[in-house]
Amino acid sequence: MSTETPARLAVRKTYKLFIGGAFPRSESGRSYQVHSPSGEFLANAALASRKDVRDAVKAARAATGKWSGATAYNRGQILYRVAEMLEGRRDQFVAEVKAAEGLSRKDAAVLVDAAIDRWVWYAGWSDKIAQIHGGANPVAGPYFNLSSPESTGVVGIVAPADSSLLGLVSVVAPAIVGGNTVVVIASEGRPLPAASLAEVLATSDLPGGVVNLLTGKVAEMGPWLAAHMDVNAIDLTGVTDPTLGGELEVAAAENLKRVIRPSSPDWAADPGVSRMLSLLEIKTVWHPKGV
Amino acid sequence: MDFQYAPAPESRSIVDIRSSYGLFINGEFVGGKGEPFKSINPASEELLADIACADAADIDDAVRAARHAFDTVWGPMPGRERAKYLFRIARIIQERARELAVLESLDNGKPIRESRDVDVPLVAAHFFYYAGWADKLPYAGFGPDPKPLGVAGQVIPWNFPLLMLAWKIAPALAAGNTVVLKPAETTPLSALLFAEICQQAELPPGVVNIVTGAGETGRLLVEHAGVDKVAFTGSTEVGRAIARSVAGTRKRLTLELGGKAANIVFDDAPIDQAVEGVVNGIFFNQGHVCCAGSRLLLQESVAEEFLASLKRRMARLRVGDPLDKNTDVGAINSAAQLARVRELSQVGEEEGAERWSAPCELPERGFWFAPTIFTGVTQAHRIAREEIFGPVLSVLTFRTPAEAVEKANNTPYGLSAGVWTEKGSRILEIADQLRAGVVWANTFNKFDPASPFGGYKESGYGREGGRHGLEAYLEH
Repeated sequence: MSTETPARLAVRKTYKLFIGGAFPRSESGRSYQVHSPSGEFLANAALASRKDVRDAVKAARAATGKWSGATAYNRGQILYRVAEMLEGRRDQFVAEVKAAEGLSRKDAAVLVDAAIDRWVWYAGWSDKIAQIHGGANPVAGPYFNLSSPESTGVVGIVAPADSSLLGLVSVVAPAIVGGNTVVVIASEGRPLPAASLAEVLATSDLPGGVVNLLTGKVAEMGPWLAAHMDVNAIDLTGVTDPTLGGELEVAAAENLKRVIRPSSPDWAADPGVSRMLSLLEIKTVWHPKGV
Repeated sequence: MDFQYAPAPESRSIVDIRSSYGLFINGEFVGGKGEPFKSINPASEELLADIACADAADIDDAVRAARHAFDTVWGPMPGRERAKYLFRIARIIQERARELAVLESLDNGKPIRESRDVDVPLVAAHFFYYAGWADKLPYAGFGPDPKPLGVAGQVIPWNFPLLMLAWKIAPALAAGNTVVLKPAETTPLSALLFAEICQQAELPPGVVNIVTGAGETGRLLVEHAGVDKVAFTGSTEVGRAIARSVAGTRKRLTLELGGKAANIVFDDAPIDQAVEGVVNGIFFNQGHVCCAGSRLLLQESVAEEFLASLKRRMARLRVGDPLDKNTDVGAINSAAQLARVRELSQVGEEEGAERWSAPCELPERGFWFAPTIFTGVTQAHRIAREEIFGPVLSVLTFRTPAEAVEKANNTPYGLSAGVWTEKGSRILEIADQLRAGVVWANTFNKFDPASPFGGYKESGYGREGGRHGLEAYLEH
């Protein structure tokens, strides 16, 4: 530590939760210390509680009507707007990812650029996924028959533990582009880029409650999120403890949640469409012709 | 004038039922190591055959046979060759259609008119549809080189024994998987005849294995470590247990579970058509249909007129011998199911709903329940919330479209829904708002191999049928 008196004392940021478009602290009043991989203190993050989980689910449920009812064009523009906002704060995120993941500035910049580009990639899918994954079915009878993908509802997400920004964006964007709303448990050890991403989301015309971000312990919050009866699907990608992963999947079975199992993909690779499809329902509508 | 129908029985001599059946493992019928059980005709309670029961060792054998066939024959086989086997099976089903229909009606209790005109033609069509996919998988939208999963363990219900078999086996085989399938305890016979069809088609041994037994046999299959994929159709309760049992494993899972579908009739609907649709929606297959329109939502202004028409129509339903070609409603599948239908109907009365049953004579032997409606039902009543899985309709009313949607979606299920109105824009808006996997507008209970089927919410996950149905059996 330098003993010199700085020319100006920096104004530090308080890292908070993001629920229903607002930035509350944890209702529990708790926080936890976040360190860099080399052990340097970075900041105190909010240590969210099960009550915060329930509040976040409530906000996410309340947002489903407006978000799933928005036009695909509108959702696409908002996701693109997220990319614009992130681009504008690129330097800040490079510094945060560098600190969180213990990377060089150059390597962190590659990840931030990829995260920005991932929003652009998913933005474009909003009005195309229905065209590649839905369509008319040639049934053997005089019927109009059309299948279309629709959002499944509220999705709980355990974000990747290692990839604090690119991994996070790679699980959140595919969930919301199709009209779902999400409750995300950020990387437990590297939560700061997620807390800052919330600020980007809050200034991108994304309706409040579409993305809710919690920081804290996966083992503490996960069971409440997985067992919540108003959550329709759960993405366990970031669960690193296999025993916990199994327990969360068992809890999710209570209301037959759709489950994405834990995995650690290469986040730099082409994401494909399977994450989007895992969180979409297919609705098929029939109508007689000529009667 | 009182018109009478002369009986028009379908001959049962076309089908030759053996006195006992073994398990179909590795292309051969073998004895089961469990305690054999009996399959009876639910319309007469007569014994049809003794059926082998698979125990843990038998399931081991079946999964091993399926694995071997996957590794050595079916997996490496070019898609165009797999396709030809499936086309062959489709053709044999068409050739033996009447035999299959009679057997299905005997074992299940469903009217021959339905097994002959709906079930069996759809079974053949399903194999024909998926046969064509076997050599076109790279075009299915699941990546350029989609791979099969391996061995599929499949458990099916008793309401459409052969059709559910087709929904499970056809896409699995087309995608290059091999299967071990367990038919329901009360309706194993058509699956065992299908095993003979596999032999006639010279399908390589082990590609299709049929293991019979009750719930325990199903559990052993689903939990077997050698199974890569589990597919189940049945109750939400069992589906939940299966989802728990595969948690934390690498097994892929699709579930097609219960339903409590709303059939919404607006005041501008064509009443006669809607009455036909509502009758078909709940009394088709004795109401043993997961997507049955078991909650009728009537707009208040037409409720009285509609109910009068509905009762008139229900009084004309012919309930009785499933093999009589005039029969509309056949037998309840089992004593246990009849007890459940009776119990929930009793609860309906006790909770204050008004019961009306079609005035029909029921045969003395067998399991029978007259088509029944309950009026004055509220959303809190158990008969409005729980799946009865029988010929029982709960009638509720609504005033506005918003109220209709609210009530329709007020269920943990989300398999299907119906909407009846002449107004196109209303159909499209309501269809958008209904949280259900299949929405029938001005029709009901239509099925097609090209059309994906499956539920939202607690009606399960995954789709069967169509291009979407392949996804459940492909690694991608």
